[in-house]
Amino acid sequence: MKARVIVTLKNGVLDPQGKAIEGALGGLGFGDVGSVRQGKVFDVELTGSDKAAAQAELEQMCEKLLANTVIENYAIEIA
Amino acid sequence: MKTAVIVFPGSNRDRDMFHALELITGTRPQSVWHTESTLPDVDLVVVPGGFSYGDYLRSGAIAARSPILKDLVAKADSGVSVLGVCNGFQILTEAGLLPGALMRNADLHFVCKEVMMETVNTATRFSSKFVKGQVWRCPVAHHDGNYFADENTLKQIEDNGQVVFRYANGTNPNGSINDIAGIMNAKGNVLGMMPHPENLVEPLQGGLDGRILFESILNAA
Repeated sequence: MKARVIVTLKNGVLDPQGKAIEGALGGLGFGDVGSVRQGKVFDVELTGSDKAAAQAELEQMCEKLLANTVIENYAIEIA
Repeated sequence: MKTAVIVFPGSNRDRDMFHALELITGTRPQSVWHTESTLPDVDLVVVPGGFSYGDYLRSGAIAARSPILKDLVAKADSGVSVLGVCNGFQILTEAGLLPGALMRNADLHFVCKEVMMETVNTATRFSSKFVKGQVWRCPVAHHDGNYFADENTLKQIEDNGQVVFRYANGTNPNGSINDIAGIMNAKGNVLGMMPHPENLVEPLQGGLDGRILFESILNAA
């Protein structure tokens, strides 16, 4: 089973890297970029086949390691 | 005073810390590898600077899940002094021993220079030898030192006097909120700071300002 975990910065948390990317896009001539926020994607392959169990396990993975919930949100997609 | 330093793959300021601790306490610290399960019986445990696990995922994130951390949390709960410097500070926040998080420096640059520090709380076991408001020199070397905490947490740590050190005289090198350079936990036995006091403890290093912090801990032990 394949899963994708998307980790993004919470609203209100400054993202200097996103800001730099935003500036670089502007420099390339993309004039309609309002803002950019940088995040992370984890593709996780799981050996089990129970989707509900996988969802619960992935949530634990996010809480315990993949995301720092002080500053980040996470979203889980199971294929 | 007995001390121990935890060493992770990628730690690189551990020897500086051994040197400073031995110089000031007169006793060689014990080195503890991150895979060990128990810390020795000491007065102070230090989590040193460096780039544990190459800063993969987030600075300090993987080290904070090392086997030795379980005992570090237990020791901290029992009141043992814990000091985290630079990557050590990042590890302590990732482990939940200190509030907040350390983010990429606001200007995105790695900073390696000297800053000015102000000791804003001297009623702690880490800062009792400073004079309140004392401004002192300290080197920094980091990429992720931009301290962040949400509004409620920030208010709480400010109101509780948990902010021990701030960057002074406009030398905040990383965009840290409220110029925060070092904070402690609510109980007052765990301190994390980005600057490196262990790198200013003898004349060869250009000054002795960092000694005051270690002498405070020694005084409290």
